[in-house]
Amino acid sequence: MPSMIDIKRRKASVTSTQQITKAMKLVSTVKLQKARGRAEQSKPYFDKMYATVTSILKKSGNLNHPYLTDNGSTKKAVIIVSSNRGLAGGYNSNVAKLLTESDLKVEDLEIYGVGKKAIETLDRKGYNIVKECHDMIEEPNYGDAMNLGKEILARFAAGEIGEIYLAYTQFKNTVVHIPTLVKLLPVEFDETAVEENTEDTKTPMNYEPEAEESLDMIIPKYVCSLIYGAFVEAHASENGARMQAMDSATSNAEELIEKLTLQYNRARQGSITQELTEIISGAEALN
Amino acid sequence: MAEKQFKLEIISPDRLFYDGAATMVEYKTTEGEVGVYADHVAMTQIIAPGKLTITEADGTKKEAALISGFVEILADKITILAETVEWPDDIDKERAEAAKKRAEERLAKKDSGSIDVARAELALQRALIRLSF
Repeated sequence: MPSMIDIKRRKASVTSTQQITKAMKLVSTVKLQKARGRAEQSKPYFDKMYATVTSILKKSGNLNHPYLTDNGSTKKAVIIVSSNRGLAGGYNSNVAKLLTESDLKVEDLEIYGVGKKAIETLDRKGYNIVKECHDMIEEPNYGDAMNLGKEILARFAAGEIGEIYLAYTQFKNTVVHIPTLVKLLPVEFDETAVEENTEDTKTPMNYEPEAEESLDMIIPKYVCSLIYGAFVEAHASENGARMQAMDSATSNAEELIEKLTLQYNRARQGSITQELTEIISGAEALN
Repeated sequence: MAEKQFKLEIISPDRLFYDGAATMVEYKTTEGEVGVYADHVAMTQIIAPGKLTITEADGTKKEAALISGFVEILADKITILAETVEWPDDIDKERAEAAKKRAEERLAKKDSGSIDVARAELALQRALIRLSF
């Protein structure tokens, strides 16, 4: 049986931990609201972007466009979006797992890391990390996404890399976040989704400049917007995941404190009883 | 007779920049400057850096710097997907001034024809548009 002092100390330490987790939960709740607002505001842009690109692709049929075909290189670039800070439950390891558990070969991959945590894991596993830009995830902005996108697109255009992937955590709602790995280039579209998207716009679309040239300019924008989308969603997911983790930590601490209080009271009562017994038996011995 | 209106939506990655009815919208595309009224033929155009002018139903004009993006025109609705678009009040004049200076310095140094020159020219163009408000 631990002594009263020990229990008291333990309780004090759990209480101060709980205060920290509680504060972190509050902070991430506020951040989540902000991040979610941003994710929602950028949604129409991506929806429209996707609709436009799919309708161009559908109309132009089998184009032999560099962005749509395999350029022969076996190298694959992966942009992996995680967070710079831990204490977010399984958030960071789930993103890293996307790669470690996929059938992409380690030696073919070139990693562009946004967010330290997943990169630390991948670095240990021997992945080739070509660039780390951890500041981008702190305050997602479109300019950063555009710069990163342009850099990778240039390498794709030069034939240095053959495929571009994006690993991030999709933000469904506050409690559901789905780690996803998507292929950015060469562009692959789900045929059925294309059908649905263009059904309602029956008017034939004209392009100025021609569809092929438009594609040339729209696809980079499309890629950049997907990267930016991944940033904002990952940012929202990160704070959601942290909020959940901290919430359960706080309630675990609560449980622990309750248990310790009970133990403490028992120990206190035990010592009182013992003292009484000692006094009584002492008095009896005197008589 | 009042001029026919169309719905104009300008969406940038971080917000809905503009949403309302307009009678005409003017901007610059890669093919040149255009002004679009309602009932235009369906078309998708690519934006070149330039000035965006929206003429609203009551005749008021609104201007903004539209740097890049593309436009989807339908008979009764025009959607501008703008990567970069700014109201005159939001423009960071100091930054634009610095960008202009930087671009000019680069242009002065380099021989024409290299990729850096093309980039500097674009940067200069963007800075000049921002400074024109």
